[in-house]
Order: sequence, then structure tokens, then C-alpha cells
Amino acid sequence: MMTASLSASPAVPPLSLWQRLGVALYRHPGLQLALLLGLPLLWFLVVYIGSLATLLAQSFFTFDDFTMEVSRELTLANYQQLLQPANFDVVLRTLVMASAVSLASAVLAFPLAYYMVRYARGWKKGFFYVAVMLPMWASYIVKVYAWTVLLAKDGIVYWSYQHLGLGGAVDWLMTLPLLGGNSLTTSHLGRFAVFTYIWLPFMILPVQAALERVPTNLLQASSDLGASGAQTFRHVILPLAFPGVVAGSIFTFSLTLGDYIIPQIIGPSGLFIGSMVYTMQGSIGNMPLAAAFTVVPVVIIALYLSGARKLGAFDAL
Amino acid sequence: MSIAVQFQQVSRHYDSVRAVDDISLDIVEGEFFSMLGPSGSGKTTSLRLIAGFEQPSIGSIRIFGQEAAGLPPNLRAVNTVFQDYALFPHMNVLDNVAYGLMLKGVSKDERYRRAEEMLEMVKLGQYGTRRPAALSGGQRQRVALARALILQPRVLLLDEPLGALDLKLREQMQTELKALQRRLGITFIYVTHDQGEAMSMSDRVAVFNKGRIEQVAAPQLLYNQPATAFVADFVGAANVFDGELAGTLVGQQRAFAVRPERIRPAGQLDGDVVRVPGKLLDIQYLGAVSRYEVEVFGQKVVSMVLPNENGNAVAPAEIGAAVTLAWPRQAMLPLAG
Repeated sequence: MMTASLSASPAVPPLSLWQRLGVALYRHPGLQLALLLGLPLLWFLVVYIGSLATLLAQSFFTFDDFTMEVSRELTLANYQQLLQPANFDVVLRTLVMASAVSLASAVLAFPLAYYMVRYARGWKKGFFYVAVMLPMWASYIVKVYAWTVLLAKDGIVYWSYQHLGLGGAVDWLMTLPLLGGNSLTTSHLGRFAVFTYIWLPFMILPVQAALERVPTNLLQASSDLGASGAQTFRHVILPLAFPGVVAGSIFTFSLTLGDYIIPQIIGPSGLFIGSMVYTMQGSIGNMPLAAAFTVVPVVIIALYLSGARKLGAFDAL
Repeated sequence: MSIAVQFQQVSRHYDSVRAVDDISLDIVEGEFFSMLGPSGSGKTTSLRLIAGFEQPSIGSIRIFGQEAAGLPPNLRAVNTVFQDYALFPHMNVLDNVAYGLMLKGVSKDERYRRAEEMLEMVKLGQYGTRRPAALSGGQRQRVALARALILQPRVLLLDEPLGALDLKLREQMQTELKALQRRLGITFIYVTHDQGEAMSMSDRVAVFNKGRIEQVAAPQLLYNQPATAFVADFVGAANVFDGELAGTLVGQQRAFAVRPERIRPAGQLDGDVVRVPGKLLDIQYLGAVSRYEVEVFGQKVVSMVLPNENGNAVAPAEIGAAVTLAWPRQAMLPLAG
């Protein structure tokens, strides 16, 4: 009876083309992986790695000052040029600015991100997310020019500190060698403020994401074992959130290193790496030196990352 | 005997929810005290109130006579073993255990020496250099224990510490925890939803339900004299008969409970017994014993547990057939409500 009904059951219908494709993928996981990664990997290799390799090669090519021609003779002359005082100043100026901007962003971002993760609930959480992202929706150029208006002699910032009785203090700040300038708009301080404003969201978001991953019960455990708030911050929160700070600082650092617009519009004269690259490849056509300048941030970031790794910044990942 | 932890009319409200509702409780120094209840009954909130992770909305909590309400966790003489261990992932096992001593400013040599001792005590001497992520659940649990005990607290709080372990390991850890508590002589306050765990380890158990304590008693007393229907049902199995059924059965309108193992087929009992006719619905074979589900009065299902003979169930009747149950009158546990 049983066997009769079994043999009488209808034959399995033949597989459709799609189903057979599914079976083939199921049997060959390698094929699945190739389909998944093939295109993006190709794109990545050609566009990212390829252009970086070309850049690196370019930086060793020879530029003839007289004919303004680039030849494929390999030379270290471009890198030697980087070490000339005028060019080295550019590298140093950019580095100091990028470091200062990253540090200031981290100091500003941490408490804000901490508030967003631990305290903000409901609409407040949403408000802070949008408030952090909002400036990124507006055009970069518009924001930078808006700052020239804000910082100008008759602008809101000037008006505010005059009314707060801080005019003397700001005037004194402007006389300091590393901060000052003729006015806020043409000072190092003004340029620093604009850089920090522009790149701050790129620090807040990764720090916030890192803090989000620190479980509350670790903070409770720390406190339970006798830690004050400051001790918990130092021994638990900071080490666990540090990869986020490093990630954020890579953004703020490399974005500052590569920027060529803010240095043109705000602050005293003096080129940055970005503006140097722009000048070299644009108006002068010295691609090899431009390439050498571009390699500088890449090397600095690589050194920075390996240093951070040695310090144990990624141990918590 | 001094009082280690004292709750005086403590409530903890979240908006309109009363997580802990007017609890008064004395926990004696040196006892193994369990807070037992289903999830959401207020037991964990009560533990967190002692640790300082929560503040009471009303009432007073004293730890060794000192008012604790308003004190942050780091200023309380209690330490906690967390449910999911809460080990610091960026530190190795030794640094985790030594953390409390490091905060106190104990020198590196000294704190590592004592941390090694603690690890020896929980049988993890070789694991100091490992990261918590490289340990099994049972090992992490031991590290959490060592980390809390290194500060020599007079009260140790344990929040379902064995919840994530499998059954065999859990039973083994129960024995070890009890032995450890006996050896150290300090107060353990143990939160669990597992009545077997609470019964097997505790000197006294508080049964929580809906933010209130239904009964505080030693395990035997809890089992033999449950104060309420909830306790009778939650601690061990019980057949609870409400007032109406009690009236029909024994002519007295007071709710009572009967343990399944006290019930027998009517033929096996003499003397002052209560007899109830019923119908056998199901037999569940459990190894040492079998459970028989019997429907009485056409509505109520009563469980009877009989020992198996030579490993075989001894069914009093076929499934679906009539069977008469009986139990001694003194097996009836009167209930308050």
C-alpha cells in the first residue's frame, strides 16, 4: 500500500534554468565569490591601485625645466627638491595644520559623540545626527566663502568679540607668530577654525560609531570595581573608542593634507601641499614634482597608522 | 549576626512601571541569599539597587548599616559578577583581574601576584596572558568571579552568572560557587530565574513576582510551606486548586496546592486521604519517574509523578481510561491567595 502510493507520486518536475543556475552556484562557492567580488575588485585594482601605482611611478620621472617636458628617465631629483627649504616649509606648514585640526576635532568630537551615544534619546538623538550631517549637505565652496564673511572686519565674529570686550585679546592673538595675521580672515587662526569646522563631522561620526560599540555594562563593571568617572574614561572608554579617533583623524588629517581651496581663500599667504600640487600640475605642468608632493601625505598616513598600531590603537577591534 | 544589606520600603519606578514595589528585606551577613523570580519580577533591579547602578525612587537601602542611596557604585563595599561577565576586551585576563587593585594604586608586582593567586583559586592559573575572547564561557565566568573577589568584598552580587552556560557546566559551577561561599564566609546575593539553582545553593530564597516579594524562606520551608499560589507553582511543580475547587473537593473554600509526587492511584493509599475520579490524558516518561496528566472534574488537569519500576513506567490505566487519584490530607499545602 505504502510503496504503491509512493511509486504513484508524480515525478519531480525538471529544474528551470534559474534553478539550475542556483544549483551550480550552490555547488561552486568559488563561482559565487567571483560573481560577488569580480567587478568591484577589478574597479578597485584598476582605478585605485592602478592610479596610485602610476602616481608613484610619475614621482620618479624627470622634468626638464627648460623644455617643460616630462621624460621617463627615473630620478630621485623630485624628492630631493622636496627637501629644499621652500618646499619643505610647505610640507611642514601643512603637517602642523593637519595635526592641529585633527587634535582639535578629536577634542571637540569626543564629548559630543559621547553625549549622542550615552544620553541622547528619541528626537534628541535624531536632532544631533542631522545637525552633524547637515553641514555636509551644503557645498564646500559656499561654506568656505561664508566663513570669509563671518570672519571679516565688519562680520559677526568681529562684532561679537568687540561687544564682549575681547577686542584687545584678539588683537594680541593676531600678533603671535604661529596664530596671527593682519586680520582674522588672513590669520593662521582663522584658517585653522575653518578647517576644523569643515572636517569636524568626519571625526564625530567614527568616534560616535566606536563609542556605540562600547557596552554599558563594561562601564558599570569598571565603576563597580572602584573606578571614578575619570578612571573609567581613561582605562575603559578611551582605549575602546580609540580606533574610532584614529579612523576619524585619518579623515581630518588626510583631508587637510590634500586641501588646496581653504589655504587660498582664508589665512595668510604660503602654500599648502594641496595648493602646491595644484600649481605644479596645472600652471607649471611639472607632473613629477606634483606626484612627489602627493606621495608625502600617503607616506605620512602610512607611518601614522603603523605608529597607532604599535601603540595598540587597534587591539580593541 | 549583623545585617549585611537592608531594604526599607524600597520602590523603583520607571514612569508608570513599578519594577520594584515597596520591598523591605534583611539579608544577613555570611548567608547565601537568592533572589528568585521570572523575568521582569524585580529581582535584577533589586540587585542593581544594591550595586548602585540604579537609585531607589523611594526608600532606604543600607549596606552594613550605612545608607547607600545616593552613593555611586565605586563607593560601595560590594562587587558584582555580571550576567554576561562584562570582561574588558582590551585587557588580558591578568589585567582584568588586577583592575580593581590597579585603581586603588597597588603596585604592579603586588597586584599581579594577587591576581595570579585569584586565578589559581578559580583554577585558571595558566590563562593570565590570554584575552577574554580566547576563553570559553565557563572560563570567562571564573575570570569575572576572580575580578570581583580580588577586592575582598563583604558582599558579592551575582546576576544570573550561570545563565549562559550549558546544563552540565552549570551544575558543576553551582557546587563550586557554594563551596567558595562557604570557604570565604562572605555574603552572596544571587539572582536567578532557575528555581533548582536557587534551591540547591541558598540558605534563604526570596521569591519575587511583579516587583514584590511573595515569600522569603529557607528552600525546604519554601517547598513545604509555600505562602502563595505563585510560590507553590514557581518553586517546584504544584497542582494548585482554587477556593471553588477546594470547596467541591474537601468542603472548605480555601485554595491549596498538592505536589505531583504526593499523588498516587487511589488503590495505593489508605487512611485520611482525598480521592478524586479522573481520566488519564497523557504519560510523559522522564527516566527515573513518569508524569501522568489526569483530567479531573472534566476541566482541571492534575499532574501525578510516580517512580518508574525497573526503568519502566507503571501506568495505572490506559490513556483515555478512568483513573481515581488520591493524596494524604496532610499533603495539602494551604495557600494565602
